[in-house]
Amino acid sequence: MTSTAPNNSTMTLAKALNTALRDSMAEDNKVLMMGEDVGKLGGVFRITDGLLKDFGEHRVMDTPLAESGIVGTAVGLAMRGYRPIVEIQFDGFVFPGFDQIVSQVAKVTYRSQGAWKMPLVIRIPFGGGIGAVEHHSESPESFFCHIAGLRVMACSNASDGYHMLRQAIALDDPVVFFEPKRRYWEKGLVDVTATSEHSLRTVLRRTGTDCTVVSYGPSMAVVLAAAAAAETEGRSLEVFDLRSLSPLDLDPVVESVRKTGHLVVVSEAPREASITSEIAARVTEEAFYSLQAPVIRVAGFDTPYPPSRLEADYLPSLDKVLEAVDRCVGF
Amino acid sequence: MIAGLRAINASPNLVSMLSPEGVLSQHPDFPLEVTTDLVKSLYRDMCLVRRFDREGNALQRQGQLGLWVPLLGQEAAQIGAGRALRSADMAFPSYREHGIAWCRGVDPTELLGIFRGIDFGTWNPAEKKFNNYCIVIGNQVLNAVGYAMGQKLDGVLGDDDAAEATMTFFGDGATSQGDVHEAMVFGAAFNAPVVFYCQNNQWAISEPVEKQTRVPLFARAAAYGIPGIRVDGNDVLACLAVSEWAMNECRTGNGPVMIEAFTYRMDAHTTSDDPSRYRLADETQAWKLLDPIERVKAYLARNGLADATYFDEVQAEADELAARFRKHCIELESPGPERIFSKVYAEQTQQLRDQEAAYLEYLDGFVDPEISSTESVAGAQAGARS
Ligand SMILES: Cc1ncc(C[n+]2csc(CCOP(=O)(O)OP(=O)(O)O)c2C)c(N)n1
Repeated sequence: MTSTAPNNSTMTLAKALNTALRDSMAEDNKVLMMGEDVGKLGGVFRITDGLLKDFGEHRVMDTPLAESGIVGTAVGLAMRGYRPIVEIQFDGFVFPGFDQIVSQVAKVTYRSQGAWKMPLVIRIPFGGGIGAVEHHSESPESFFCHIAGLRVMACSNASDGYHMLRQAIALDDPVVFFEPKRRYWEKGLVDVTATSEHSLRTVLRRTGTDCTVVSYGPSMAVVLAAAAAAETEGRSLEVFDLRSLSPLDLDPVVESVRKTGHLVVVSEAPREASITSEIAARVTEEAFYSLQAPVIRVAGFDTPYPPSRLEADYLPSLDKVLEAVDRCVGF
Repeated sequence: MIAGLRAINASPNLVSMLSPEGVLSQHPDFPLEVTTDLVKSLYRDMCLVRRFDREGNALQRQGQLGLWVPLLGQEAAQIGAGRALRSADMAFPSYREHGIAWCRGVDPTELLGIFRGIDFGTWNPAEKKFNNYCIVIGNQVLNAVGYAMGQKLDGVLGDDDAAEATMTFFGDGATSQGDVHEAMVFGAAFNAPVVFYCQNNQWAISEPVEKQTRVPLFARAAAYGIPGIRVDGNDVLACLAVSEWAMNECRTGNGPVMIEAFTYRMDAHTTSDDPSRYRLADETQAWKLLDPIERVKAYLARNGLADATYFDEVQAEADELAARFRKHCIELESPGPERIFSKVYAEQTQQLRDQEAAYLEYLDGFVDPEISSTESVAGAQAGARS
């Protein structure tokens, strides 16, 4: 595997994703990129910056402004042997394409009993915290997790951004790939020569003994900061990053709960019928007798995303995580 | 000629009345009684709207607004259409329709909260007959058709003054959305009193109109069996004449009609956008010569209908409006956290009452409520460039 980036370089998540796209496109000329403004503009977040120049307009396609069109034609391209990567401009704009994702993308392989593969990646910048207007700060991941046949991933840092996207593109399954937009400009060390193989398993980010905390995507940094703060107060948190939201790799979490007896799940998506609900249910089923307290969730409220001046109230914060841990451990 | 380029060229079918030099000629199909008062008031509307639009841009640059969506260059397209609406008519805007808001009697300050991030627009859409701004491209066009179907069901069509119709606004890029296509199918199928008003400003963020269509947009109307008209979108008189005709068609039961206002977005898509990445300065310069306000001014001046005092008065009024707009913006206070939970449903649910109570109790646990939200949101503001 060769990369255009020097090994072990420090880069932003945005650059890591851009590098993953570039490397995958360079390796396999069946890999295509399509979406609104992905060409000349390089995407509204510049994740596709420079790709048009390097790969040409047949492989980096500015599409008409139509999400159902973008996803639906990508399905046909995949049937024809291509590996399309589509960019949905913002989380709130995936819904015009939702019909194609639910009705076709997710079911093509099952319906054809494997005759068709669906190596399609749908990239979606998601989550709040950037002060944007309506429909630009949503967390729709749970909708997709509920649909069998789709894989759903969310990266939380630059290294994972690179390796998870590389893996997503390499898979023959359709992947809805969530990128935490508020972390695009955060830097991290990326080892492009490392294998991407294990990048879809739940990963232990920090060891601890008092309480297990699980999160993903934009909230990971908040949880890690909370764990560091908790340590100064003499409380030890064990932190996991899910990375793959569907299928969920919960074994390491269950094992940890057997040790700590406490679980807090953190996500900025609304709480009801969500990934956090699923985790709470599964851990309760599998580790009931180890739990010393109910599973506690720190999530968005069950309201539409509020006007941006109120998003700090809406989003999980360091204090909210610590408060939840206190409640859980002190139960 | 490359097929795609046909879509962006002005065609001989273009309806116009006022030349860039300010020379007036009537159009046989779309007569308009052009009085001095009318032209002066259209001029005034355009000047005031442009002025607060520029102030919106400035406020964003100064960090008072998170975003602004400029309408520079589209004043005639909007004032012409907006002034064709009567008070009972309904309007379904997209997000750039500050000029339509103005014509509906929505005070410009009511637009500020959307872009300051404290609300989603504070006017009452049912009362003002001006729906909330719609950010998801194309959604509102279907909603407008449904509203118009309701007008027809209510039997409020006909010749009298009480007759109603609906106008909906969308961009050239929006015409690619399934919603807009479906809206035209429904509008035609139910003969709904709805005017589809497309402001073709040549760009959908970075994508030129030829990425959306190979025929002139107005020509698409033929496929739905409805009239399609291309009007000079920088000519306020032509926009008004065509819009009045179209609304009357609808009110009397002959609708729907599609209007393509052929114009140009003189500024960035939004304050987060960087047009130097995708369009040429030459193009902007060429359109500058077609400025919608300048040609009305030329008409008024060359015919001796207004003097320097009048133009100065309008300018002074515009400056006053801008100052009021700015002051209001800076003084706007952020709502309390209760706003998050309010009006999610017609009646508050127990679940939300509980969530609200728990959150307020949590906030009460802090000595200084300001420190409850730890992560800086402003720090990430630089990001979205749409
Ligand atoms: C469904 C959907 N997809 C993508 C976007 C992001 N977006 C916002 S404005 C825009 C371009 C719109 O162009 P056009 O319809 O021509 O209207 P204009 O802004 O030029 O007035 C895009 C792609 C959106 N708001 N909604």
